[in-house]
Amino acid sequence: MNDIYIARSTAVAAREMAGEMMIMSATDSTLFSLNETATLIWQAADGKTSLADIVQHRICQEYHVDPDVAYQDAADLVGELASLGILVLSHQPVGNAQFEVTQQA
Amino acid sequence: MSLMSKLNQKALRQGVPLSVHLDVTYRCNERCEHCYLDHEGDGEMNTAEIKALLDQLAAAGVFFLTISGGEPLIRPDCFEIIEHARKLRFNVKFKTNAVLIREKQAKRLRELNVEQVQISVYSHRAEVHDGISKVPGSLKRTINGIRLLKSQGLKVTIANVLMKGNLQDAEGVRQLAVEVGAHYTLDPTITPMMNGDTSLLRLRISSDSLRTVFQNPDLVGNVEEFCAPPPPVDEDALEGYPCSAGHTACYVSPRGDVYPCVQFPITCGNIREQEFLDIWQNSPQLKEVRAIRGKHLTTCSSCNHLGTCTRCPGLAYMEGNMRGPSTADCEKSYVRTGIISAGMLARANSPSASSLIQIRPYVA
Repeated sequence: MNDIYIARSTAVAAREMAGEMMIMSATDSTLFSLNETATLIWQAADGKTSLADIVQHRICQEYHVDPDVAYQDAADLVGELASLGILVLSHQPVGNAQFEVTQQA
Repeated sequence: MSLMSKLNQKALRQGVPLSVHLDVTYRCNERCEHCYLDHEGDGEMNTAEIKALLDQLAAAGVFFLTISGGEPLIRPDCFEIIEHARKLRFNVKFKTNAVLIREKQAKRLRELNVEQVQISVYSHRAEVHDGISKVPGSLKRTINGIRLLKSQGLKVTIANVLMKGNLQDAEGVRQLAVEVGAHYTLDPTITPMMNGDTSLLRLRISSDSLRTVFQNPDLVGNVEEFCAPPPPVDEDALEGYPCSAGHTACYVSPRGDVYPCVQFPITCGNIREQEFLDIWQNSPQLKEVRAIRGKHLTTCSSCNHLGTCTRCPGLAYMEGNMRGPSTADCEKSYVRTGIISAGMLARANSPSASSLIQIRPYVA
């Protein structure tokens, strides 16, 4: 099975407030609120850690849920977040290209 | 309740400064006749200081960041500042006159995913706009900048400040906004300079002109709703607070002074001497601002307009009392609804207006 790598989109603003992640799209100014689990996945979405590892080491340890069920739920969730432009999905590890560019004036 | 309203309420409960307006400079390449700033660059925070401030703001929970000036693009490090802000995942709104926007700058703002750009346009006619900005050719360059920003897919808002000199051009600016695909806002509020100088108030439009504006559905939307008499004052209005200034929002000047709002010049601390969060949580001035509820307002608590008035506590402060009425907002409420405000009645009984106080230097 090809695993999924997830990275936070560079086109959004984000801030955590009391355990809840607020996300706003710079593209269409839509505001989203992520629940606790989605926030945990967002925070772990460094583009280098696979979704399977995130589920195993973050979700299952935090919530003591069945790994297979947790993985399927997480895959559904990241698919939805990707469709909203909040996450970027890849079958390869990905970097954060936008913020690695050199400064320009 | 919208998600944005819930976010604001949560920030209020948690004591989070959700929005910060940061002026990175007071220097400007225009000299707009209504501008309330001094245009001096002395004491301006350097790049490292601003980046450190942004780090502190992010840690304090600030989500919405407005980067403004003066003209922020005058700073050679402007894009370095915006890039740092975006690395910290702020939602960035950028205010500029767009005179210095070329294709390169527009592209960079798009790359950095600035959420929106706000640009002041005073008229669709060069002789009027340039007459206000005091820079020949500025309207042409501003419109060119707007088109370049729009070509990059950026959300642009044209902000039109209404004054005696450009009142007749509000519709022309609105049509210009439609033509270039920008949003349009208008604001008839002219404020005193931050040093207390009230001479700018001569530029304010008359009550009759304001009434005409308030009756124009293209400018205010549903006129009947906008001009409706205020509902009876209820518990929510008496226990409510006037605006977000000092509650979920604040302003930081180029010199690092922290105020409740850009229009509320009471210095609450300076980030060169204190951590931002320390100022936000412990400033006596901010605590005083936060303690004020509708029922505490000296005149307005008995006013029919209490629940619907746009009363600006900063303008009231500049008139001498942050708990008192703001003359400009009393006038707006009256012109909008035809119902005299308590502040107007009080002034009629005591015609000697108090002088505007001046901004005081911060003393630690």
